[in-house]
Amino acid sequence: MIAAARTILRKDLLIELRTKESVPAMTLFTVTVYVLFHFGLDRDSLDGELASGVLWVTLLLAAVIGVSRLFAAEREQGGIDGLLLAPVDRTSLFLAKATALFLFLVAVELVAVPAFALLLLGPGLGGAFPELLAVLLLGTLGIAAVGALVAALAAETRARELVVPLLLLPLLMPVLIACAQATEPLLRQDAGPEDLGRWLGLLSLYDVVFVLLSVAVFDFLLED
Amino acid sequence: MYSKGLAPLAAATVVTITAAFAMVFFYAPNDADQGFIQKIFYVHVPMAIVALGGFVAGGVFAIRHLRSGDPSWDLRSYVAIHMSIILGVGVLITGAIWAKASWGHWWVWDEPVLVSFLVVFLLYCVYYPLRFSIEDPGRQARYSSVFAITAGAFVPLNFAAVRMAESFTHPRVLSQTGGSMPGDMRLTFLVALLGMTLLFVTLWKLELTAKHASMQLKRMRNRARVAA
Amino acid sequence: MPALPLDEAGKYVAGAYVVFLALILIYVAIIGAKIARIDREISELAGEDEE
Repeated sequence: MIAAARTILRKDLLIELRTKESVPAMTLFTVTVYVLFHFGLDRDSLDGELASGVLWVTLLLAAVIGVSRLFAAEREQGGIDGLLLAPVDRTSLFLAKATALFLFLVAVELVAVPAFALLLLGPGLGGAFPELLAVLLLGTLGIAAVGALVAALAAETRARELVVPLLLLPLLMPVLIACAQATEPLLRQDAGPEDLGRWLGLLSLYDVVFVLLSVAVFDFLLED
Repeated sequence: MYSKGLAPLAAATVVTITAAFAMVFFYAPNDADQGFIQKIFYVHVPMAIVALGGFVAGGVFAIRHLRSGDPSWDLRSYVAIHMSIILGVGVLITGAIWAKASWGHWWVWDEPVLVSFLVVFLLYCVYYPLRFSIEDPGRQARYSSVFAITAGAFVPLNFAAVRMAESFTHPRVLSQTGGSMPGDMRLTFLVALLGMTLLFVTLWKLELTAKHASMQLKRMRNRARVAA
Repeated sequence: MPALPLDEAGKYVAGAYVVFLALILIYVAIIGAKIARIDREISELAGEDEE
């Protein structure tokens, strides 16, 4: 099962490296949104809760783009039937897609977070950097798991572009709440974690629940 | 099949709801802080609890549907979610009325139950477009069940997250659902909750019966058309 | 916030309960209409049968 997952994952990563369709667009999108926020909020620099909110909302919106495109390669080249005919466990498919989405999001964050520090963040990132990494890690895990599930759920509907954001964003609300609350004290002038354990705990619970749920339920999707 | 026990259930519902109404207005005392406004609590909170329970029940039925492949479980899940969404509209409207009467605004972010409910409601509203944009009936049922299970698991997580967030930014002004209710208020609340639950189950069975009959009718029509 | 005087408060409380009742009544009316339609279609089918 892991071998199958790795194969599918490698295929997805190779496609992305070759076509460069999702990750650059998502990254460009985040920077564009930062500019939007600059004009919308009429602020040159943010810190604390505003900074935390802008960062996480932007990442979530970029994730919506990534999720919509997660099964795009299969759809456009008719590859989904091939995948389904092969004796591949649906769980492998979920693991592969969720990992691919996770890696795409990490790639985006590698640019988006420094870009945020450059463009909008008042205090630097260095204040509580390891804690910030922890929040980013657990948050991205949750987004990836739920994102893969929503991508599969929306794969067969005609109204895919509408359904993905409408499903994904409410489902990710707990992630947003936890990440924004956890990140807020890390982006202040006098940065330092506050109640970090509590929010990381909530994120971990969310991640575990949704990974297990997606694995359990993925078998019933994309069947024919 | 679905209408078994419907008549006694309906009778019990009418009795309980009438009793609840009587208790709300003649038995329960006026709240010391909120005054008469607090009476809204007896309709708003039971509606919210029953709606959330209906969403979770929809998820449980969906699990049984996926395990058994029996479409009747999908029907039960669909009707439960459908009714909870309708109740949800009621929750949001009565919540807004309560907010306006208590704080002067039609919406407040202070009440974690109300805020969490808004998120849940927004999520479940997507059930319809998702369901009805899939044409194949088997696939439609399966995908709906997956959604119902995912959303059902989401409900408690979301409530926990919102509650945690609100307790930091807004100190809990309203603790109506806490344990600090005097005995006669609590009794009234429990009767109201029971009445709301019975109402939900009764209407759920009623709609199940109507839908089932309508589906059978469609099948009979198709058969008659084919035979002709 | 101080409690509203009874007559003002009464309007809000009444409003909330009216919303609740209205929801139930509308719902029951819709189901009633659905059942009436089913009934009509059954008698149509029964009529076709006899022809």
